[in-house]
Amino acid sequence: MMSGSQWELPPELCCRPMAFVALTGLDVVFNAVHRAIWDAFCANRRADRVPISFKVLPGDHEYPKCRTKRTSYEWYIPKGILKTSWMNKHLNLVPALVVLFYELDWDDPQWKEKQSECATKVEIVRTSLQGRNTKVAVVLIQKKTPLPPGEDLVASERASALCNACDLSGKSLFVLPHTDHLVGYIIRLENAFYEHAQTYYYTEIRRVKSHKEFLNKTTHQLLFVRHQFKIAFFSELKQDTQNALKYYRTAYSLVHELRAHETNMLEIKTLAGFINYKICRLCFQHNTPLDAIAQFRKHMDLCKKKIGSAELAFEHSAWMSKQFQSFGELFDEAIKLGLTAIQTQNPGFYYQQAACYSQDRKQLAQQLCQAGVSYPSADPLDPQSGGLDYYGQRPWRQGQQSIDPPDAEKEKMGILALQIKERDVPHSELIIALLSNAVAQFKKYKCPRMKSHLMVQMGEEYYHAKDYTKALKLLDYVMCDYRTERWWALLTAILSTALRCAYLMASVKDYVIYSMELLGRASTLKEEQRSRIEKNLFKVLMNEVPDAEPECDSSTVSAARSLWTDRMALSGSNELTIEVQDYIPFIQCKARFQSPSFHVDQPIQLQVFLRADCPHPVSFSKLTVSLSNQEYNQWCDMESSGQSLTLLPGKTRCYHFSFVAKTEDVGKKVEMTGIEVMLGSDSGRCVFLSWRGAGGDAASAQEALQASRSSRRWGRGLEARQELDWDSLTLQHSTMIISRVPKICVQLSHLPPALISEMYCIRLTVQSHEDTVAKDVKLTAGLKPGQDANLGQATHVTLDQSVLCDDSAPSLLADVPLGDLKPGEQLEKCVYVRCVSFGPRLFLFHVAYSMETAVEGQQIICRCHKDETLTIETVVPFEVSVKFVSTKFEPLEQVAVDIPFLLMTDIMSSSPWPLLLSSSSLQLLTVTSHTAQPESQLQQVVLQTGESASECFCLRCPPGTNSTNTVSTGQYLISWRRKSCGSESPLIQTAVSLPYIILEPVPVYIHADLPSFGRVRESLPVRYHIENRTALVQEVEIAVEPSDAFMFSGLKQVHLLVLPGTQQHMLYNYYPLMAGYQTLPHLNISLPRCPASNVLALRRFLPQRIFVKPQGRQPDDASIAAA
Amino acid sequence: MAVCIAVIAKENYPLYIRSVPTQNELKFHYTVHTSLDVVEEKISAVGKSIGDQRELYLGLLYPTEDYKVYGYVTNSKVKFVIVVDSSNTSLRDNEIRSMFRKLHNSFTDVMCNPFYNPGDPIQSKAFNGIVSGMMVQTG
Repeated sequence: MMSGSQWELPPELCCRPMAFVALTGLDVVFNAVHRAIWDAFCANRRADRVPISFKVLPGDHEYPKCRTKRTSYEWYIPKGILKTSWMNKHLNLVPALVVLFYELDWDDPQWKEKQSECATKVEIVRTSLQGRNTKVAVVLIQKKTPLPPGEDLVASERASALCNACDLSGKSLFVLPHTDHLVGYIIRLENAFYEHAQTYYYTEIRRVKSHKEFLNKTTHQLLFVRHQFKIAFFSELKQDTQNALKYYRTAYSLVHELRAHETNMLEIKTLAGFINYKICRLCFQHNTPLDAIAQFRKHMDLCKKKIGSAELAFEHSAWMSKQFQSFGELFDEAIKLGLTAIQTQNPGFYYQQAACYSQDRKQLAQQLCQAGVSYPSADPLDPQSGGLDYYGQRPWRQGQQSIDPPDAEKEKMGILALQIKERDVPHSELIIALLSNAVAQFKKYKCPRMKSHLMVQMGEEYYHAKDYTKALKLLDYVMCDYRTERWWALLTAILSTALRCAYLMASVKDYVIYSMELLGRASTLKEEQRSRIEKNLFKVLMNEVPDAEPECDSSTVSAARSLWTDRMALSGSNELTIEVQDYIPFIQCKARFQSPSFHVDQPIQLQVFLRADCPHPVSFSKLTVSLSNQEYNQWCDMESSGQSLTLLPGKTRCYHFSFVAKTEDVGKKVEMTGIEVMLGSDSGRCVFLSWRGAGGDAASAQEALQASRSSRRWGRGLEARQELDWDSLTLQHSTMIISRVPKICVQLSHLPPALISEMYCIRLTVQSHEDTVAKDVKLTAGLKPGQDANLGQATHVTLDQSVLCDDSAPSLLADVPLGDLKPGEQLEKCVYVRCVSFGPRLFLFHVAYSMETAVEGQQIICRCHKDETLTIETVVPFEVSVKFVSTKFEPLEQVAVDIPFLLMTDIMSSSPWPLLLSSSSLQLLTVTSHTAQPESQLQQVVLQTGESASECFCLRCPPGTNSTNTVSTGQYLISWRRKSCGSESPLIQTAVSLPYIILEPVPVYIHADLPSFGRVRESLPVRYHIENRTALVQEVEIAVEPSDAFMFSGLKQVHLLVLPGTQQHMLYNYYPLMAGYQTLPHLNISLPRCPASNVLALRRFLPQRIFVKPQGRQPDDASIAAA
Repeated sequence: MAVCIAVIAKENYPLYIRSVPTQNELKFHYTVHTSLDVVEEKISAVGKSIGDQRELYLGLLYPTEDYKVYGYVTNSKVKFVIVVDSSNTSLRDNEIRSMFRKLHNSFTDVMCNPFYNPGDPIQSKAFNGIVSGMMVQTG
């Protein structure tokens, strides 16, 4: 028996018992028909077919002999509980049914001979089964398809004859026609066989049960268990699993009633384990997993303390481990068949516990199996008759049931042999296999921490098995979980194991990494341990062999020492870079730029804080900071020249670096990409600790958070102290280089608001406060980019004030050179802005220059610039209103052709500043000026805010324009400027469109010539003109109505004809009687030829009233003479 | 009485762990740490149904061969874990509950201390005293 497999459950226990049926008389090798029948039995044994295990045996097969039945148990003393051969016997050797296949048709010509041959064969089988209850059946293989039962008289007659000859019941004779439907016949056959088999097992159960009455409780305790087990097993064969479970349960309780002592403990436990296995298996099969678990718990509780022989205590652990493992496997198998497990109840726990007992086993084996004892010459573990008779017995005293071992010497030898065997067991392998099973389960059931824990155990086991590479791989993998979860005690324990592995492998890099972390602040090691580790680390740095870790055993240490010596002798490769960011190293590093931005003329300041957490001072030889622009790196390293760079335990050291930024880096970021601290020296071993970015490690983020919480609590009182507080030191890993602060003064003077279209003057004054010459001063001025796109088209900037700028002028003048500016000097520049739409605008004035300056003794040329912005509101300078009126100043809706009318304009200033109107003019279309083009009436008029200036023009629409539609009349042009602007500044011309007019033809135009005023009692001559503008002769009737205010002379009523294109004159002398505004006598005009014409329309050009002055005192008044 | 009592921060790192000194302290650390798997699972299972008033006491987290591990989670996700010897069958669920309540009360007192920074390891003597009262008295 292999020691590793000693605890394995026998396969006949673990399989599913099935009824055993032997088939004889089949020649499966040479007979094709028989082969086909056999294949039909064997192939496709799916779950829907009856559970039978078939075997082909020769007709004269010898079945195991049946022992003579005991008639009395009175003197019988059992030697053990269960024979090792029993289960196999009933599974594979003793059939429930033997089936004889015989080729015979009902109408066989040699019927008689064949019948007797068949009977002989049946007899041979019967003889071989002497004393057993095994059934025998005969199957006739026939070539012909049988007739339906009852129709073939020959058949039924011969069948009964054959039954008689073979001494068979009719139920045991079958016919198998060898036709197309073989499988169908076979299935029917095997169902019949199954019934026979069930009957057989039923009788077997009855038989075993019948023994019970002969047993007594004192001597036959073992038999009670045996019999219950057998009944249960037969029930299983019978596929009666419910009863099987019942009997197994009884067997289980009986097994624990056995008198247990040291010598039979193993046997009891073995059997208990078997029965427990069967119960759990059946419970899972019955889909009652909780019963299975409960049974297993009970089993474990009962057996946990049954250790047995103290010298073989490892056996108990091995057995316990196996129990847990088998249960885990059963559980797992049930899950595969559809059972659902949960996080807290899954097979993983059982594998884990199995591993745990295997660990116990290993420890016990180490304690109990002392080395150096040779194996006994006469092997006590080799039983004489090849294998054990009974399960769980000792080979050297089989069948002994007495309490004391019969031979003390043999017993001692046996135990010794077992102990020696145990020494060779690959315990670690077993443990690791179980742990890895458990890991797989816990992974499945979402237990990451349990998984990590088991992986640690696996790692430790690999360490014990001296497979350090695998150990480190596992430990390294889980370390980071414990680190991120901040379980320092566990991390420290894992690191310590890892350090031992690294030491034993002489892996320098690993050794340094783990030492570093064990010295760090996350380590929970005691001070003396840390001190020891630090000393060892220094030794490694000096290229010396470190001292052994205390918990390594001496045999491995010497091997490790020679490994280290070899490693140290190896030349080269004494440089080692360790990325420490993801660890918690013993040197902490945090770096920051002192400001998030620096001006290019300031030196960039950088601080690197280092702090050692180890117990002894540590010195390093180099500190370098790498920056995103590598050109700066040369300024950021530090080497120990002379005075060494030493970190004292628990103290923070700050290292300053500063450098001058390059002027081309203005506007760029400078980032720290890494920090390196070199430990050791070139003469020994150089270890570079490398941090990415600005330092920090796996724990610093959380520490900073904690620190921020506490400082928040304590308020600002601690702010001053913060410089010293390591945890609240914040990283500043990048800084911005920004341009130098300009030392110039830019002033803007202007008179807001701007007026639309004017050349708005902004006076820019630049004064230098620099110490040196500001060279290459450039101005960019104009509309600040990024505003409404329409503004860009409505804004024009120029430097030339003499010409009014047009649309081609840009909205932003870029880089206008202004020359150099000496210290203290000042320059002025006017910028003119023309805005053609109103609203606010943002203007930018950007003055840039370059100058030389010295930073830290380094001359640099830097460009500076100063920006000024200005919001300017643009307003309308004046409002212009224009209207057409008749010569009588009546508002006109329509303009009569060829009749004068008036254009009235009104300019109202809305500018806050006085405006000078230089001139105004009309640009007429369609209409013409009635008078000669006069000089503008507004020439050189100055308008203050709110004042207005008006003009009047007499216009006429020339004859011949007979458009009845609306027509445009032209523009009104105004030239103006601010009064404050000098005469050199250009005039602005604003054009106002004149309103459209509707033209109206006048067929008969009647108007009057009369003086501008009359005088009481003085003659007032009035001449009426009647003008016919049609191509027809017009007949006109005119009558003058009398008036109180006037006397008159002339025709009172007249009827006249006016030829086309001519006019008639009528002269009246009016004689005013009253002073004041007087209504002139009414002229009644009618055109008899066209009665539709309106008197009012004809009369509308005639004056209505006239002002009559009172009579003057001086008769020679000049005005009267004029009248 | 308990053999190990632990307070675990919201982020799952230990704020306080105390175990009986006679046994392997590390083993208890592992036991408490692995029990967080179950705690996490239980907490996340509750969160799914809204308005579900979670009971703070989580009950038996998982049984091992040697110990029973009980859990309790405050509303601020601070976890309490009590480990009891499996052989100690006299301890009832109610007693465990009351132990947790006492622990919670004492923890609240610790939090109320203006000098205590939440998230730092608990070093309160009063808390320690309460825990001592609940631990198995050895020697």
